[in-house]
Amino acid sequence: MLLKHTTDQVKERKALTVNPAKTCQPVGAMYAALGIHGCLPHSHGSQGCCSYHRSALTRHYKEPVMAATSSFTEGSSVFGGQANLMTAIDNIFGIYEPEIIAVHSTCLSETIGDDLCQMVAKAREEGKVPFGKHVIQASTPSYVGSHVTGYANMLEGIVKYFPEKTDERLRQINLLAGWVEPSDMRELKRLVGLLKVKSVLLPDTSDVLDTPMTGKYEMYPKGGTTIPDMVSMGDSMKTVGLGDWGTRKAAIALDNKCKVPFDIVDLPIGLRASDRFIQALAKAGKVSVPESIADERGRLVDAITDMHQYLYGKRVAVFGDPDNILPLIEFLLDMDMKPVYTVSGTPGKAFMKRMEELVGKQCPEAKYKNGPQADMLLIHQWIKQEPVDLIIGNTYGKYISRDEGIPFVRMGFPILDRIGHSYFPSVGYMGALRILEKILGALMDKIDATSPEESFELTM
Amino acid sequence: MNTFIKDRQNQILTKGKNDAAIACGKASVAGSVSQRACVFCGSRVVLYPIADALHLIHGPVGCAAYTWDIRGALSSGPQIHRLSFTTDLKEKEVVFGGEKKLYHALISLIEMYKPRGAFVYATCIVGVIGDDVAAVCKRVTRETGIDVIPVMSEGFSGTKKDGYKIACGALSKLIGTDTTFKAPEHSINILGDFNLAGELWMLSEYYKKMGVNLLAAMTGDGRIDAVRKAHTAQLNVVQCSGSMIGLAKEMKEKYGIPFMKVSYFGIEDMSDALYEVAKFFGSDEMMQKARMLVKDELSKLLPALQKYKQELEGKKAAIYVGGAFKAISLVKALRLIGMKVVVVGSQTGNQDDYELLQELCDEGTIIVDDSNPNELAEFVKQTGADLFIGGVKERPIAYKLGLGFCDHNHERKEALAGYEGMLNFAKEVHASVCSPVWQFMR
Repeated sequence: MLLKHTTDQVKERKALTVNPAKTCQPVGAMYAALGIHGCLPHSHGSQGCCSYHRSALTRHYKEPVMAATSSFTEGSSVFGGQANLMTAIDNIFGIYEPEIIAVHSTCLSETIGDDLCQMVAKAREEGKVPFGKHVIQASTPSYVGSHVTGYANMLEGIVKYFPEKTDERLRQINLLAGWVEPSDMRELKRLVGLLKVKSVLLPDTSDVLDTPMTGKYEMYPKGGTTIPDMVSMGDSMKTVGLGDWGTRKAAIALDNKCKVPFDIVDLPIGLRASDRFIQALAKAGKVSVPESIADERGRLVDAITDMHQYLYGKRVAVFGDPDNILPLIEFLLDMDMKPVYTVSGTPGKAFMKRMEELVGKQCPEAKYKNGPQADMLLIHQWIKQEPVDLIIGNTYGKYISRDEGIPFVRMGFPILDRIGHSYFPSVGYMGALRILEKILGALMDKIDATSPEESFELTM
Repeated sequence: MNTFIKDRQNQILTKGKNDAAIACGKASVAGSVSQRACVFCGSRVVLYPIADALHLIHGPVGCAAYTWDIRGALSSGPQIHRLSFTTDLKEKEVVFGGEKKLYHALISLIEMYKPRGAFVYATCIVGVIGDDVAAVCKRVTRETGIDVIPVMSEGFSGTKKDGYKIACGALSKLIGTDTTFKAPEHSINILGDFNLAGELWMLSEYYKKMGVNLLAAMTGDGRIDAVRKAHTAQLNVVQCSGSMIGLAKEMKEKYGIPFMKVSYFGIEDMSDALYEVAKFFGSDEMMQKARMLVKDELSKLLPALQKYKQELEGKKAAIYVGGAFKAISLVKALRLIGMKVVVVGSQTGNQDDYELLQELCDEGTIIVDDSNPNELAEFVKQTGADLFIGGVKERPIAYKLGLGFCDHNHERKEALAGYEGMLNFAKEVHASVCSPVWQFMR
């Protein structure tokens, strides 16, 4: 057993994270930047960072992931990385010809005091940024926040730079996506289309990290939010941010810069969060909800009704990123399941408060924690104390699932050992249906595999 | 797009056209989409397979998260190496130092996991914020009796190769600490095999059949106590020259243990690796056994290879791997199954490696150091390659270009070393190059 050292004795840990339920900021910044068209992410730090982030994203999406690096040396760490960044900007525009370079910092560059803002300004002054090309930046030291906050910081960097306010107000809304998959981005656009609302989705990794096989390698695939679209965001009627951790910063920045008011709603994961999303869109776009969307919702409720006898009272352990798991937990509760254990490595006080609101009455026995030491060791120790019927989280849950013989549904980042997340959405009513299908599949596969012969059932 | 970075021109050559010496061992140009990693990565991959040791990564969370169980280095016993431990440094420690946190982390880990030893990896910022990692390690060693070894692998302080050296330095601190052990006759250490997909087990089986005793494997299926005894072996057999040759040289100097460079990949190199060891021990009986073994294995392997060779004959391959020594073996192995290498490159090759490659390759083969995706895509197009051999970052690019792919890095799923490995390799290459999926490409 891989995790045989884990016991049910939870001890206060001050200084140690074991099997983290998060990773560092820069990978989030890189992912967000890949969602704008013609953009090359750039990692201002040691070579390894860039290599690790590209590998992590490649393993999850099974797609080429391009990003450049400042390739810090001993010298840069003493004298600062400015020279590296200047050379890098020169080289990148000269060779790779992106429209945009999205620079993010690393723990090293931040610790030695590199100021990206000032450096990028200097590059502009010195004419290193060709006409019509752009360099944007975000501060993402690895010793702050998590991959989720890195994503949020890059999103903020993008909206601070591109949107412009003109005299013309456009009949469109801005949709800021929290960290979801390319398939989810596609689904968000489909739903907005059904509502007949004109919108700009930022970022948009569909057609970037789920590209078709053509025999050609495109460094800049056709997807991603375009520059004109991003510029137009300053004239939109409203911004709807999906997920507090991922989008609030950007929504505020856009409001400050272009006076576009915003609403933050949860990522539309599960039934009620999808309801709120559709309502927010309808309100922002001043449209009514079409019957086709009501039908999708009806089908989801119908499926839950059909199968609710298998869901009642099932104990679930959930780990992942706050924007994604909070609405998921609400969905589990709505399906009469019990999200008894929840951890998220991403810090933020709001998490505990939201959890309390969600589970306080409906599942008072629930244990939950976020931030440092809210890791896979902790959730395993809780499971050892009293087992669960189901685990939901990224691929790293497979160790616990195997050791304890618990059904496991993969959701979140990273998923290194299954496909599907790039193609089938988890957002909206159809996404919720997929989550339900996966949960039932996992629970029922175990029943089929372990039930004694006499109670092995054909019809379920 | 220009595809080629100007400063890199002397890191690329075409055999028969420009046969000047290739420039290598250079730092990557800032702004390139390099496929290379960092010093920490080098140290981490070398020490990682030591399965009964703690591997604590001192730094912010990322470096631990990205190296959590990503290398298929198998262990026949303990599995502590597959977990992820980090001090998860925060802003507070960046300002006030992380030594206290490191100390507490080590103490709780040693209590929880009862390891045989511990490695503490210093990542980028640890050096910059001035933590005295060595002092903390020393203190914990004193208090717990467990050897805690600092691995000063700050990412920026060189290349991945420098990381290998630092890892070897850490091993060298352990070697020789078992002062009572006496090695049996004909004992060797294997250096530079990491037991990916169980390859080391295959190799040690071969040597066992010859009457050779494997003392310490560094670091495949590695154990702290075996490393302690490694100085008592009579011979060091070194694979993957890039990562471990430094340690072999040091052990020669310090303990008078000779070493030989081998490769376990492909029939010729694998057989040589057995014969050379027999030759070294000067035992006719051993040589006889080695010959028997090779004959036996080949009589099974060669007929089995035929069917793949027939279908692969004349197909072209591009190779881009970490170490150049591996590339050399690959060129030979591909020849054996009828394939021709048209592009070959590495992240960390040295002058000698590249000269050997130049000698070995056919006219027109492109040889490249520290390449990037654009270059590689262009080379593949120019040469019309059918197969790409590389690692995780190259796989999706190869597929997008409509090429077959074989992972010869740590994500290999089948053993590729030895005779059995050669057959696996042929099967894998064949399955990918001849997959029906390519016909559906628009």
